[in-house]
Amino acid sequence: MPTLLAALVSGLIFGFGLAFSGMTQPTKVLGFLDVLGIGSGTWDPTLAFVMIGALAVAAPGYVLARRRERPLFAEIAAWPTNRAIDRPLVAGAVLFGLGWGLVGLCPGPAIANLATLSSRIVAFVIAMAIGMLALDVWRRRNSLEKTA
Amino acid sequence: MAPFDPISALVGGALIGLAAVLLMLLNGRIAGVSGILGEALTGDDRGWRMAFLIGLVAAPLLLGATGHPLPTPWMPSSFAMVVAAGLLVGFGTRLGGGCTSGHGVCGIARVSPRSITATLVFMATAMVVVAIMRHGFGG
Repeated sequence: MPTLLAALVSGLIFGFGLAFSGMTQPTKVLGFLDVLGIGSGTWDPTLAFVMIGALAVAAPGYVLARRRERPLFAEIAAWPTNRAIDRPLVAGAVLFGLGWGLVGLCPGPAIANLATLSSRIVAFVIAMAIGMLALDVWRRRNSLEKTA
Repeated sequence: MAPFDPISALVGGALIGLAAVLLMLLNGRIAGVSGILGEALTGDDRGWRMAFLIGLVAAPLLLGATGHPLPTPWMPSSFAMVVAAGLLVGFGTRLGGGCTSGHGVCGIARVSPRSITATLVFMATAMVVVAIMRHGFGG
């Protein structure tokens, strides 16, 4: 129960942060990604400032978390262990970048925007879930072929 | 489009960072939204992931209830484009093991070379896409 409550509170704070920073508005994100706008004065630096704000808290916070023996409500801290800079990482980042650049939505803001009941947001989130399930199916099939 | 406001951008970002730190200090988990959604769809241990996602949607609803609803997302793209983008984001973030939150915030905060690489690649790719969409090939 405490883990559920902690996750709910974390999700809430995350959502407040997205809303407060303006990052739920795809045009703000596209305004940052439009680097050619730097020359013409239309570039929107908001996303860079959001990243700076997030890292200014998360980096020292993670240092603190590393020093603790274990999380408050869990046996172990699930720090990522994969350090490989490999083809799936780069190919996945390219595919994600393609989709992100097309409409200016990444997973966090897309889900928070479900609150607006916008039909395009709902379509995006359903497609995103199908994309995730497709990768899962594809991975399972690949591992089956390798073991066969 | 809303004008650039560095203070709310920094404060909003700090809240996102705080959410990530809390999830690690309390539950020992990384606040990567694509991973949380992907594992909620396909993996085990779905409870805390669903709770996080409910919080993510509830936050703007609470703001709306206090008279500050999210601005309607402005997406002029066709439905087909929106669906294509969603498929790419879903497949790509799971293949690459993270998105703007997992790699971009949590990964860079850990100074992970893997996450820094992913962030540079997806940002550069998205910048190229926007340059082509908005300015065409060669302007």
